[in-house]
Amino acid sequence: MDTTTATATTATTAKEDLWDGGKSPFKVSYGKLMMWIFLVSDAFTFSALLVSYGMARFSSESWPSAEKVFNAIPFTHMDAPLIFVGIMTFILILSSVTMVLAVEAGRRMDRKGVEKWMFWTIVGGIVFLSCQAWEWSHFIHGTGLGGASLSWNEYGPPGFAAFFFFITGFHGTHVFSGVVLNYIIYYNTVRGVYDERGHYEMVEKVGLYWHFVDLVWVFVFTFFYLV
Amino acid sequence: MNTEEKNIVVQPVDKSVIRHVLKVALILFVVTVIEFIIAFTLASGGLKTSIFVVMTIVKAFYIVSEFMHLGHEEKGLRWMIIFPTILVVWLIIALLIEGTYIHIERFF
Repeated sequence: MDTTTATATTATTAKEDLWDGGKSPFKVSYGKLMMWIFLVSDAFTFSALLVSYGMARFSSESWPSAEKVFNAIPFTHMDAPLIFVGIMTFILILSSVTMVLAVEAGRRMDRKGVEKWMFWTIVGGIVFLSCQAWEWSHFIHGTGLGGASLSWNEYGPPGFAAFFFFITGFHGTHVFSGVVLNYIIYYNTVRGVYDERGHYEMVEKVGLYWHFVDLVWVFVFTFFYLV
Repeated sequence: MNTEEKNIVVQPVDKSVIRHVLKVALILFVVTVIEFIIAFTLASGGLKTSIFVVMTIVKAFYIVSEFMHLGHEEKGLRWMIIFPTILVVWLIIALLIEGTYIHIERFF
């Protein structure tokens, strides 16, 4: 391929040649672009779940206040509305920060840095999942009035429990997949796969997914727990 | 694996990049704390909900723009991501109106 003539024409008619092939108009790799497209489609799925939650809430006679339902902290018996879910939120934001630092280390080809920050990101994900497991268990067992299932819940309309299970469950599944993906990347980093490859772009791609999981939680936190 | 033959050069840490990451993290942290304070001090209603929605969008902006780096990508890519998601606003409006209507039909 004659690259010199190609660059010469680009210089004169840069805008027109952008979509003529041979280069990436968005200046991202194929994998990153596809990750973005996947995330857009995933955003639609989560939007549909949250919007249908809103519709069910608007059309029902009463709706429980999340502050009254989610008011427990492990190993204590005090009434602490939303504190535990707040801790979970901070854990997820923190694991997003460590992921950014892992990506940053990857850009500098710093294998030790990537290993360190990926490790903490995985730890954050596992801690979040454990918190969620406790939250679910507490919600299912309830306060002695039958607890909650897909067809019944002691706090209000059954739809509330069903949406809680579907939305936080779907999000939790994403966190779980994220932890698995992060672990694979961590494993490959330790083995030196990306040093061999010459770049750490896989860390960036998995990072996009991980930040998206954090992003979804920001919305779930607001619309399920705060509003 | 033999790293010697690849001859990998680890670049030094750019302090300004780290500082920027920590700044964004601090913003997310502070906004969440403010959300908490509002959750316990303000009576629920339209105002409280609007404040929460605005703060959520602020947090979403920082995560997508800085952590996911979309703010520094090509303009075309930015719009490819943002435009379809903006259309979700229509779904929100349509279904919330529909929900209100069902509520009126059922209980009044």
